[in-house]
Amino acid sequence: MGSYRALVAAQVRAYTSYRASFLIDASTNMLIPLVDLAAVLAVFRVTPALGGFDADEVLLMFGISCLAFALADLAVGEIEKLRSYIRVGTLDAVLVRPLSVLGQLLASGLAFRRVGRLVVATAVLVVAAVRAELRLTPARTVLLVVSPLAGAVLFSAIFIAFATVAFWWIDSGEFASGFTYGGRDFTSYPVSVYGAVFRHVFAYGLGFAFVSYYPTLALLGRADPLGLPGWVAWSSPAVAVLAAVLAALVWRFGIRQYRSTGS
Amino acid sequence: MGGAQVTIPRARSGRLRDELAFAVALVRAGFRRHITYRQATFAAAATNSVFGFLRCFVLLGAASASGQALLAGYDPEQLALYTWVSQGLIGVVAMWGWTELGDRIRSGDVVGDLLRPVHPVLTYLYADIGRAGVAGLTRFVVPMACGVAFFPMHAPRRVETYPLFVLSVALAVVVSFGARFLVNAAAYWLLDVRGVTTVWNFGSTVLGGLAFPLHFLPAWLVTTLWVGTPFPSMLQAPLDVIVERGSTTHLLAVVAGQAAWAAAMLGLCRLVQARATAKLVIQGG
Repeated sequence: MGSYRALVAAQVRAYTSYRASFLIDASTNMLIPLVDLAAVLAVFRVTPALGGFDADEVLLMFGISCLAFALADLAVGEIEKLRSYIRVGTLDAVLVRPLSVLGQLLASGLAFRRVGRLVVATAVLVVAAVRAELRLTPARTVLLVVSPLAGAVLFSAIFIAFATVAFWWIDSGEFASGFTYGGRDFTSYPVSVYGAVFRHVFAYGLGFAFVSYYPTLALLGRADPLGLPGWVAWSSPAVAVLAAVLAALVWRFGIRQYRSTGS
Repeated sequence: MGGAQVTIPRARSGRLRDELAFAVALVRAGFRRHITYRQATFAAAATNSVFGFLRCFVLLGAASASGQALLAGYDPEQLALYTWVSQGLIGVVAMWGWTELGDRIRSGDVVGDLLRPVHPVLTYLYADIGRAGVAGLTRFVVPMACGVAFFPMHAPRRVETYPLFVLSVALAVVVSFGARFLVNAAAYWLLDVRGVTTVWNFGSTVLGGLAFPLHFLPAWLVTTLWVGTPFPSMLQAPLDVIVERGSTTHLLAVVAGQAAWAAAMLGLCRLVQARATAKLVIQGG
């Protein structure tokens, strides 16, 4: 544990030694959730509803998705760089140290410059929750707090699982982005808006419906227009745990396949 | 460069024929360099296609929920064409991810660019045109094929739309290149350009017509963006041309506006490069 702490501390020291650079970077990073928010608001300028949900309801989904993604991106987003470590061969150096490979990569990749996004995303979620006029029972209050965390676990699992693609496909480039950033965009809107095949793959195959769509249904006390039973809406934490286990298995399998590029 | 031979003609300034030979050689070099990145190109095109589905379903969902025949002036088939062409153009116009000049400034390698017989702005521009050519054959084609296969799309009705679209995309590439050159050139003064890059990514995504069609915004804001910023000239302009938004005369005016922005950006690049060169001499001492 001490070694991981040292890796994180090294990150912090690196940031604090280029203070102006860090501050500019951190503050401009706060713009990113606002880009996504602008897109949602622009769509609702021209339509009163989307997939059977009004603007405030979709804003709540967006708020949960936005905070969940901001958390995951802060914690494990830098795993995207795995593909360049594999390509250049620097992963070898990580492998020979007597620590977990994933642990090292995550500890040395904590992106503190993205902390600002958490602030913006939390603000968006609070505004959305107020605007949606939720009737908060104790159970729903817990759900409102737990959903972004469960969503973050699921997004993290997707980040890690798709980063391992680089073990088999070295030049996979932007391939993973379609599922990580694509997942973020997918969860910003109700899953009822997507075509059947595409929805089945993203909502249920990859589990993205459980990030924001089902928690929002439970928070609003609405039945699923797609016809799944009511308890499904409360199952996000279980889905998140399952996704994390699967991602861990994929990672272990992937790292065993690793062959240095030898360059 | 994958072993490709690039013959650079001897420098004799002022000769139009030599200038042209330089340009052709550098465009070819850019093309050859990027045609070798086959797998990464395919991966990026696949990602663009995923986003094509995402955006297309959302916009079509908005169109059907709005209860009107037209969504901000677009019919559903035009929305589908808008979405898939915009995803196809991401790779061609390439607003993001170019850090070559910034990296060379940080490492000092940029000195090599100044020794070449071609102006640095043109060196990079020609290489970028070659890159855009490869993207036009790959990154543009894959999402378009996907869109055609899965969605009913607007087929342009006027013959003149096609050549005008090609011209509009070419100008969009130049405007995008100019803007990227400027963002990278900020490294002459700042060294760490990540902050500038983030602001640029923000502007080019939201204000360029990629995240949503700009016509979703209030008319006064759209006009301000067209006239006051280069962003709509990079995506919204060719997208307006291909979905035939307005008469040909109107679209000619749109393309003329792009040409003005392209000229302004290149002029600004030369100015910034001249200033930076003066500064670089001092720093390199």
